[in-house]
Amino acid sequence: MSESAAQPGIVIVGAGQAGLQAAESLRAGGYQGSITLLGDEHHGPYHRPPLSKAWLAGEVEASQLVMRAPELLARKGIDLRTDTRVAAIDRGGRLVQLADGTALPYAGLVIATGATPRLLSLPGADAANVLALRSREDGAAISDAFVHCRAHNRPVVVIGGGFIGLEVAATARKLGLSVTVLEAAPRLLARALTPRLSDWFADLHRGHGVQLVLGARIGHIETEGGYATAVLAADGTRYPAGLVVVGIGVTANDRLARVAGLECDRGIVVDDCARTADPLIAAAGDCTARRLPDGGMLRLESVNNATEQAKSAAAALLGQARAFTGTPWFWSDQFGWKLQMAGLAAGADRVVLRGDMQGASFSLYHFQGDTLRSVDSLNAARDHLTARKLLDAGLSPTPAQAADRAFDLGGLVAKT
Amino acid sequence: MVDIVFVEPSGNRVAVNINEGWSLMQGATTGGVDGILGECGGSCACATCHCYVDEDRLGELPAAGESELDMLDNVAAERRPNSRLACQIKATAALAGLVVTLPDTQE
Repeated sequence: MSESAAQPGIVIVGAGQAGLQAAESLRAGGYQGSITLLGDEHHGPYHRPPLSKAWLAGEVEASQLVMRAPELLARKGIDLRTDTRVAAIDRGGRLVQLADGTALPYAGLVIATGATPRLLSLPGADAANVLALRSREDGAAISDAFVHCRAHNRPVVVIGGGFIGLEVAATARKLGLSVTVLEAAPRLLARALTPRLSDWFADLHRGHGVQLVLGARIGHIETEGGYATAVLAADGTRYPAGLVVVGIGVTANDRLARVAGLECDRGIVVDDCARTADPLIAAAGDCTARRLPDGGMLRLESVNNATEQAKSAAAALLGQARAFTGTPWFWSDQFGWKLQMAGLAAGADRVVLRGDMQGASFSLYHFQGDTLRSVDSLNAARDHLTARKLLDAGLSPTPAQAADRAFDLGGLVAKT
Repeated sequence: MVDIVFVEPSGNRVAVNINEGWSLMQGATTGGVDGILGECGGSCACATCHCYVDEDRLGELPAAGESELDMLDNVAAERRPNSRLACQIKATAALAGLVVTLPDTQE
């Protein structure tokens, strides 16, 4: 290295929620070297949660999605470089090779490359109006297609009854569009929710006029001049479509790490502290898969996971072990209902209802034996926040207490 | 456009001209104000856009809804009587000149 070159600092690959958080946490943690935040999109960090809701509905403009103004990043000494694609990570040379042929030396590296929507491999899936939702541009394209569908009275077909698919379906219904959701599993949100709540969401969507097809088997997408006109089910049913939205999950963007020789297992493998096996490299957010102390693997795709892992990644590069052991949380907004989830239901064998599933708010408490594992709340923010405190503290109400709306669960936290 | 004055944790005052109808969180984050995160993008789900509204003018704001009041229980800094979530306050002409102070921490 030439003596005139500035001291290498920390390079962050990916300028989404996790990348931005890592940069800000490094500064907050006292890091004084250079911080370079590389994003391959044209824009700086922006809010993704509204993409499936207000952005699709055309209720907000692009500038309202901005997460940090460029001048604030500059004030914090965070060098944001947009439209910048990374070609490779050279661990031996401690260099990030950019697609434009230049290289950036690093003293520490955070990989926060996010995830990419999975695509359908079916005839017709490459049609111009078969779209997935990840970026602002994806959202704008779907929003434009909504306008087209409304003008030409064409239905929207959503493939995949997960969170993204259902939020898109709810937004489309809100705009008055005719919507069909095709889900391969026998119930909605099967990966995230227990059957009782899956059924509740199915009722919610049907009640708002969404045509739901569970156990759907898709044959192919019918096209005309490069545009999808219908989705054909394997049983011969034809679902006419002016737009097909595909929401069948994501793939972690772990290629750079894998090629650089870092362990990947459907995501860049990190420990509880967001560390990879290379002490100079941490990873955070949707691109990661976390190895738990018991050896199990955990993949979470959420804002909460992105920010928490990013804080850990920043700490790791500052030489501190900051484990993300807090209760994971998640939310989804559909048809005026806010689902808030705390903890992970895996292993739970008993569900207790607090409130009334036909009423204005309720929560489901998932127990494994006597131990509370997770709580799913609908329009019940207080239950949700109390659940996070209980789970963080390792406290379990009895199932009878959980079911009793008159019993103050928050009191259990206050007592300790 | 509505002028709102944000007081950053450092004490630095930043005047931001916010479009009517935007939330104060959107105004602050796009206006380069330090000390506000807005992790959930304005969904009233994360409580990282906590702010203290000028007490004398608190009554001029639409009251906080139930979910905002619940989320305010979860703010990282001290909750005070004039605590609000900036994502739940829309900029209106009536709020011109409002002083909004950001807490020391949001996380």
